[in-house]
Amino acid sequence: MFKPALMAAAIASLFASPAHAVSDAEWAAMKDEIRQMKAAYEARIADLESRVKSAEASAQSAEGEAAQATAASAPLAAASGMNPEVSLILQGRYHNAKGDGHITGFLPAGHAHGSGKGFSLDHTELALGAGIDPYFRGYANFAIADGEVETEEAWVQTTALGHGFTVKGGRFLSGIGYANEFHPHAWDFANQNLAYAAMLGEHYGQDGLQVKWVAPTPMFLEFGAEIGQGADWSDRNRLGSQALFAHIGDDLGDSHSWRAGLSYLSVRADGREGHWDDDNDAEAETFFSGKSRYWIADLVWKWAPDGNPKYRNFKFQAEYVRRSERGELECEDNSGDGGACAGGIAGDYRARQSGWYAQGVYQFHPQWRVGYRYDSLNIGSVNFGPEFSGVLSRPDFTPRRHSLMVDYNPSEFSRLRLQLAQDRAEQGLTDNQVTVQYIHSLGAHGAHKF
Amino acid sequence: MKSIRLFLLAACALLLAATPARAALKVLACEPEWAALTQELAGDKASVSSATSAKQDPHRIEARPSLIARARNADLLVCTGAELEVGWLPLLQRESGNARIQAGQPGYFEAARFVSLIDKPRSVDRSMGDVHAAGNPHLHLDPRNIARVADALAARLAQIDSANAGHYAARNRDFQNRWQQAMARWQAAGVALRGVPVATHHKNLNYLANWLGMKADVTLEPKPGVDPSVAYLGEVLAKVREQPVKMILHASYESPRASRWLAQRTGAPAVELPYTVGASAAAKDLFGLYDELIDRLLGALK
Repeated sequence: MFKPALMAAAIASLFASPAHAVSDAEWAAMKDEIRQMKAAYEARIADLESRVKSAEASAQSAEGEAAQATAASAPLAAASGMNPEVSLILQGRYHNAKGDGHITGFLPAGHAHGSGKGFSLDHTELALGAGIDPYFRGYANFAIADGEVETEEAWVQTTALGHGFTVKGGRFLSGIGYANEFHPHAWDFANQNLAYAAMLGEHYGQDGLQVKWVAPTPMFLEFGAEIGQGADWSDRNRLGSQALFAHIGDDLGDSHSWRAGLSYLSVRADGREGHWDDDNDAEAETFFSGKSRYWIADLVWKWAPDGNPKYRNFKFQAEYVRRSERGELECEDNSGDGGACAGGIAGDYRARQSGWYAQGVYQFHPQWRVGYRYDSLNIGSVNFGPEFSGVLSRPDFTPRRHSLMVDYNPSEFSRLRLQLAQDRAEQGLTDNQVTVQYIHSLGAHGAHKF
Repeated sequence: MKSIRLFLLAACALLLAATPARAALKVLACEPEWAALTQELAGDKASVSSATSAKQDPHRIEARPSLIARARNADLLVCTGAELEVGWLPLLQRESGNARIQAGQPGYFEAARFVSLIDKPRSVDRSMGDVHAAGNPHLHLDPRNIARVADALAARLAQIDSANAGHYAARNRDFQNRWQQAMARWQAAGVALRGVPVATHHKNLNYLANWLGMKADVTLEPKPGVDPSVAYLGEVLAKVREQPVKMILHASYESPRASRWLAQRTGAPAVELPYTVGASAAAKDLFGLYDELIDRLLGALK
C-alpha cells in the first residue's frame, strides 16, 4: 500500500535535485540505487506483512478458544522466549554383577559414578543452557543423587570472539580424548570404557580455562589448550593441570565421516586417594602425590548411507590412553585387617601404564541399535620404592572386558538398553554382568556432538 | 627457545598462505533449496555450498567435523529456521568460533522469519511427536514463499556485501520476473490437482498441497518424526478405504516402504516427490524442482 508512495517519494527527491544534464552512467547509478531501496523496503514490508499475519492468526486462535488460549499460548512463548533451554535426564538401571567394579593394578584417579547392584537410580541430570547476551553462552549440568547435588559442569563460553576462537571458563569436562566430553546419558554403553575408568576417573573435568581455535582450512582442524586446578586432586595456588589437544576430521564421500585426535594432559596430584591389594591380599588405602602425564589418541568413524543416519548408521570409536606417574606414595596402616602395610609406609612410586578400547554401534532400524565393545588394560611397569618391598607389588594380570548391548529408542527422547558383559578387570574374578537401563530426557532437544 | 619461535612463525606464515584471498562471499546454506536461491541472487559474487543434500533428512543431521570447518569460514548462513535445524545447527555455530554467523547477527539468515508458517500447534507437548512450536518449517514447497524469501535474502546479501548491493538487487528483480512467469505456468498446469485428496508420509508436503489446493488430510506417520508401524498403517488403510485418496506421496529422503505398503492395498499410486534441489536429475535448480513436482503429480493423476 505504501510501496507506490515510497517510490514516488524517492523519484520526487531525485527530480528535486538541481536540473542539469544527467549522464547515462549517473542514470544507471540512480536506477540501481532505487532498485536497492525498493528491494530493501520490499523485504521490510514482507517481514511486516508476515508479522501482521502471524499476529492476526494468533489473535484469531485466541478469540476462538477464549478459555484455552491463555494456557495454550504459554508454552509457545516459553519455547522461544528468554528462558534457558532446560533438560532433565531420568536414568535408572537394574545391574546384576558379582564384583564391585574394582580394577586390579591401577591407582584410581578421581571418583567413579558406579551405582550399586540391583535396582538403582543413576544420577538424575539437570542441564540448563542459554545465550547470555551477544557475547557469551552459559551452561550448567547438575548430577542429582540422594542427599547430594554435584556440579558436573558450569561454564561460560564466548560466542563473539571470531577468527575461530572460543574461550570457556568455569567447570567443564576437558576436551581431551573423545569420550571425555560426553555425559553418561550420551554413552553408547551402560558404563564408561575401562581405560577411562581406571586412569581418568570416568571422565576428566576441571575448574579452569579453555581456549579453542578452529583453523580456517577446508578440512576440520582444531587446537585447544586448558589450564586448571586439576579437578579435586590438588589444592594449591599454582596451577594443577595443563592440557593440549588437536583434532582433525573430514568427510569421505557422502556416506563416511571421521575425526581423529591427539591429547596431552599433565596433572599434579596432592594426596590422591586410592587403594591397592597388598602382598597379604588385604586392601591398603594409598595416597599419591606427584605428577601424572597422559597421552590419548582417539579415532571416530561414522557411516550413514548418503549421509542420512535416520534409517541405518554405524559408528566406530577407539581410544588409547597412556599414563606415566612419578611421585611419592603412602599407604595407611592396615595391619589390623592383617594387611602388610604395618604402621603406614611412604616411598617412591613410578608407573607407566596404558589401556585401550574399541567399539562399534550399528543402528539397523530407526529405533534399534546393537553394539559391541572390547576393553583391555596393560598394567605396564609399576615400580614401588624399596620401602614397599614385601608390602606392595605389581600384579601379573591383564584386565579385559567384553560388552554387548542392544537398545530400543521409541523416540529421540527415550532409550531402553540391555547390556551383557564379561568383566575380567579384577584379578581372579570372571564377572558375567547383566544391566537393564532406561535413559529418558525431558525438555529441550539435546543436540549432541559428533 | 629460538627454534620454537621460528616454528611458530613458520606455522603462522603457512596458515596465512593457506587462507585464500577474500574474493567471493562465502555462503553456507543449511538446505539445498537455499543454496540454489542464493546462487540465483548472488551469481559469481558468492561461493555457495549446502550443508545437507536432497538425500538427507534436514531434521536428522550430525554436526560433522567437515560442517564445523565450513561454518568456521562462512560469511553467511542461510537456513530455514523454525527449529528445523535445532538438532545440529546450534552446535555448528558454537563450535565454529565464527562470530559472524551467530544468532542475531546479519550473517545468520532464517527464511522462516519472512513468511507466515502453517500448522502452528495450539500447544506443544513431546507426546505429540517431533512438533515444531513455531509452525511447519518445510516452507520452500510453496513457490510464493520462495519469492518472499528471495526479497529478504537479496536485502541481506546487500547488507553484508554492500559493495555489490546493486548486483544483488538487479539479480533479484530478474529472478522475481522469471519466478512469477514460472509460477503462472505451474498454477495453470496444477489446476487439475485442485481438490485432489492425497496421503502424505510426513507433514513436509503440506505447503505444496496448500498451494495447489490438494486435500492432504491423511498422514502415514502416527506423530511427526515417528515411523509408522504395520499396526498403525492398518488404521490408515481403514481410513483411506472410507475416504479414498488419489495418490500416496513421500519425499525423496524418506523410506518408500510405508507408501508402497499402502499403495499395494489401495490401488492408489505411491509417488516419490523430489523434496528439494538435487533430488533428481531434472531438479537441478528451483525451477527444475517445481517443473518436476508438477510433472510427477500430474503423471500420477492420469
